Amino acid sequence: MKTLLIILIGSSIVNNVVLSQFLGLCPFLGVSKKTDTALGMGGAVIFVMAISSLVASIIYKFILVPTGFEYLQTIVFILVIAALVQFVEMFLKKKIPSLYKSLGVYLPLITTNCAVLGVALKNVTNEYDILESTVNGIATAIGFAIALIIMAGIREKIEYNDIPKPFRGSALVLITAGLMAMAFFGFSGVI
Amino acid sequence: MNKIGERLYNGIIKENPTYVLMLGMCPTLAVTTSAINGIGMGLSTTLVLVMSNMLISALRKVIPDKVRMPAFIVVVASFVTIVQFLVQGFLPSLYDALGIYIPLIVVNCIILGRAESYASKNPVIPSIFDGLGMGLGFTIGITIIGAIRELIGSGAIFGYQLLPLADESTNTFGYTPVSIFILAPGAFLVLGFVVAIMNKIRSGAAKRGVKITPPQGCLAGDCASCANKCSAASDANDDNASDEKSKE
Repeated sequence: MKTLLIILIGSSIVNNVVLSQFLGLCPFLGVSKKTDTALGMGGAVIFVMAISSLVASIIYKFILVPTGFEYLQTIVFILVIAALVQFVEMFLKKKIPSLYKSLGVYLPLITTNCAVLGVALKNVTNEYDILESTVNGIATAIGFAIALIIMAGIREKIEYNDIPKPFRGSALVLITAGLMAMAFFGFSGVI
Repeated sequence: MNKIGERLYNGIIKENPTYVLMLGMCPTLAVTTSAINGIGMGLSTTLVLVMSNMLISALRKVIPDKVRMPAFIVVVASFVTIVQFLVQGFLPSLYDALGIYIPLIVVNCIILGRAESYASKNPVIPSIFDGLGMGLGFTIGITIIGAIRELIGSGAIFGYQLLPLADESTNTFGYTPVSIFILAPGAFLVLGFVVAIMNKIRSGAAKRGVKITPPQGCLAGDCASCANKCSAASDANDDNASDEKSKE
């Protein structure tokens, strides 16, 4: 229980996936214009990352390790994740249309998200078991959602400011992200 | 011969992936804590890029159009695995410094972007040099960013102490490193200023009537095109693939 809690806090806040690992920057810059889209994207990422880290660690433990093909992990993980996102999208469309309506548009964006592959690889490097991997996946995704939603909130306010022309757009977003990363440094004493 | 030179010039200067196209931002931010890490990451990416461009271009008539994305990803992922083992075996210290970012070369937009937009349409030799040009452009780009961060963050470049450090105990006058620049926030700050400078250069060039290729991918806020280019998600999804085609 204690290890799970440490993984939960460590991956979501202390080693925030966007602000200290630089994974998943694409959606972080692209989908952070409005708070409600940020919420939708955050939800979709939590959903996909939980399932993908569960499936990836099951495949690693029960297929790759017994057959001695651990070195194929990168290839296997990326194909599994790509197929999984596709599958989740089809499943939601058929079975839970209401959830699909709110998350659907964000799903194709998620495979580009290197954070999903990053978590799967990290679970292997840190030698997490299946439960720990899943918790790590959820925690990382929560961290992503937190950073995304805060950034969207800040961007909604920045919109109306008078910014020097070259800094408009992604330049200012990156500098804001730098300031946010400094703020998140304050959490490093937690663990 | 001309074609080769043109490809190299295109990759290194005209469409430099870091400064002009602004692709592959994850590794650009993550591994540029020092200039030497930048070179290591850049050369590993170059190696993958050259080999994958070569193989994809050689197989361009064999791979069916509908499954091209998964096929490209398998090719790229195989070469990334090979490069990962080479680095682990011969440069263990670099392997420790780059860590998880070596396998993550797979999802680098530059590689699948080049496979999709150049190697799958052109013969082998130009494709190899296209990969080489783009790879070297990326290497130079991230090495410069790494050097800036290392210089501000520790007063050194390539581990060579350029600025003498201040020492309070002996009261020597010198440079006090701003160590935040070799930590995570510094990466965002430096890249933010690089983007701003490029915006300024771009608007200046537009006034003079010189055309600079617009940025692609995530920094342009164009997440959807990035998703189509680099994701495997859209691969099986036929309508996405055809959407992308009609756009082209």
